Amino acid sequence: MKIHTFHLGGVHPDENKITAEMSTQVAALPKQAIFPLSQHIGAPAKPVVQRGDKVKVGTLIAEAGGFVSAPIYSSVSGTVAKIDTSIDATGYRKPVIIINVEGDEWEENIDRTDKLEKLSDHPELTPEEIIERIKVAGVTGMGGAGFPTFIKLCPPPTAKAECVIINGVECEPYITSDYRLMMEHSDEIIEGVRLLMKAAKVDKAYIGIEDNKPKAIQLFEEKTADIQNIEIVPLAKKYPQGGEKQLVDAVIHRQVPAPPAIPVNVGAIVQNVGTAFAVYQAVMKHKPLFERYTTVTGKEIKNPGNFLVRMGTPFSQLIDSCGGLPDGDNKVLAGGPMMGKAVMSLDVPVCKGTNSITVLSGFDAHRKSIQPCIRCGKCVDACPMGLEPYLLATLSSMKEYERLEQEDVTSCISCGSCQFTCPSHRPILDNILQGKGAVMSIIKSRQKK
Amino acid sequence: MNFIIIAVLVLGTIALVSSLVLYFVSKKFAVTEDPRIGQVIDLLPGANCGGCGFAGCSGMADALVKGADKGSIDGLRCPVGGDLVMNKVSDLLGMAMANTEPMVAVVRCNGTCEFRPRIAEYDGLHTCAAMHSTCAGETGCGYGCLGCGDCVAACQFDAIHINPSTGLPEVDEEKCTSCGACTKACPRHIMELRKKGPKGRRVYVQCVNKDKGAVARKNCAVACIGCGKCQKVCKFEAITIENNLSYIDYNKCRMCTKCVDECPTGAIVKVNFPVRKSTANIEKTESNIKEEEKA
Repeated sequence: MKIHTFHLGGVHPDENKITAEMSTQVAALPKQAIFPLSQHIGAPAKPVVQRGDKVKVGTLIAEAGGFVSAPIYSSVSGTVAKIDTSIDATGYRKPVIIINVEGDEWEENIDRTDKLEKLSDHPELTPEEIIERIKVAGVTGMGGAGFPTFIKLCPPPTAKAECVIINGVECEPYITSDYRLMMEHSDEIIEGVRLLMKAAKVDKAYIGIEDNKPKAIQLFEEKTADIQNIEIVPLAKKYPQGGEKQLVDAVIHRQVPAPPAIPVNVGAIVQNVGTAFAVYQAVMKHKPLFERYTTVTGKEIKNPGNFLVRMGTPFSQLIDSCGGLPDGDNKVLAGGPMMGKAVMSLDVPVCKGTNSITVLSGFDAHRKSIQPCIRCGKCVDACPMGLEPYLLATLSSMKEYERLEQEDVTSCISCGSCQFTCPSHRPILDNILQGKGAVMSIIKSRQKK
Repeated sequence: MNFIIIAVLVLGTIALVSSLVLYFVSKKFAVTEDPRIGQVIDLLPGANCGGCGFAGCSGMADALVKGADKGSIDGLRCPVGGDLVMNKVSDLLGMAMANTEPMVAVVRCNGTCEFRPRIAEYDGLHTCAAMHSTCAGETGCGYGCLGCGDCVAACQFDAIHINPSTGLPEVDEEKCTSCGACTKACPRHIMELRKKGPKGRRVYVQCVNKDKGAVARKNCAVACIGCGKCQKVCKFEAITIENNLSYIDYNKCRMCTKCVDECPTGAIVKVNFPVRKSTANIEKTESNIKEEEKA
């Protein structure tokens, strides 16, 4: 068995997959569910309910606000308390729909049985029908970024998809929600992959799984033993293998060119295992996206675990159910320690992209003191995009935007490998992100002209 | 000895030919620059701060001279030099210069540690721009001062300093040249250029929070809650309220300070007003008491 990985850079953070062998529990219903209207990349959704409206589990509460957008469904039954603003992970106030929970009544058309619906039993499903159902169900990328899934399945006419690559890598430390999903719902994921293949009109799919999850690799190889066109690709453990471009490189050995090129330009459509599962539920069970698998973890958390969470559940409730925050300083991240964003308040709800709540405590909660750059070049070795992070960081802090653009700052995938590997703990990524943001807005304003 | 003479002759000829070429080229392609531009540059402060909107003082001088040729230098003003410099420039160019009122930068946030409690600790890059783009700051207010001092770094005249006891920037009125560099540097547009006012007196809303009243008040004790009381009490229609935030138009404000007394949260402030009224009252009462005692 040959083990593949991507070619350039990468780092090996400590795994800390504390919750890997803990089976998923169903999280308790919240008292009040909060639904931010912008849980995805693109235009925010538009509310279609009003204060005082009764909703059930699976009722549409906000429709897509544009082409690149996704509708939002209620994950609880109850009454719409208000349409207001509430703080999101960054602390800024964003529009939300707040629902007071009363009971647990589901919409009738949702199939709540565990029966496995096979695509082979439903030959009437056309690719267009599948894409439409994915679009209507509000499925977005479940890996974190939250790009509406149906758009990825309709590539631009200049590109032709040849295969679907399923991301079962989960290269971030701590997070185990995708792993648990793979172990507990392998059949549904495989059906989801078949649906994605049919929707994208391709006849080849790869499932990339890192070799720190041997049980998942074994399970999927057994399940796909008699399926010719789905191939399991074991990958060496390396961060950021879950990045689209890195995964395409690792699995089919093709390099995605610099932006604006996307993986489909080299023939690949990359989707997360969580997305494959959501696609299965949306198409076969008529279940819109309103709950997800989330890991609540941290070295100091008393009872970490994996949860099936209704979206809109506040972080505080999940953390309390795991034994509460440890004493002292804590950094609570929406996501893992590499890509996750520190939240300002525990009132923030679980959204479509919240794959993990990671609590770093005590020593880990603080950054280490910044030392001068010693020109070791480790950041250059670590960069999976072949950039020179030390240079980009310096140029960003000097606001040399023209030079930054020449140095391909827009290719940066914000994985943070440079900052992770820096022996002087320099805020390399923070600086690059500042410069990248400025360069992106310069490019945008130039395109408008 | 022969080769020395040859060398001198060859080099001398090259020098002669090149100097002739250079002479004719400089005559033929001479760029005649208006001598006034140089004179204006000499008059300008030479800080190259960009406050006038041009890249530096030479750009401003060029624009002034071109404007003078067209017959008007309205709208061109060196904020650093002020009327002193602009009068000299207009004398030189023979133009009439309308005196404009001096401006000063003001900090429109009063969210000190006392009024605006910290709810989180920011651990990232220590600039306002970085903090603004990653999170709402260390307090619940997503509009207020972040206190990392981007305005301090932008000020070329050493006029802005962070007060360590409040964590907020303070503008030194004497040093501020109203170049506007701080207003551009502040990611939250808290710094504003306002009229310096007679005797430096001015009234303004020291808050930029656009949240609804209850939310704003919860996060900061001195936030503008958009209640509209100031608007009602103002006789000069100088106050507008938009997005739960009051704004005083400094061109209409007559500084009656009624809004200052009316504001329930103390978000409207008056600066450089003599504290006469209150002390007078105290003196009066004190003298009354004395008189009463005598009686």
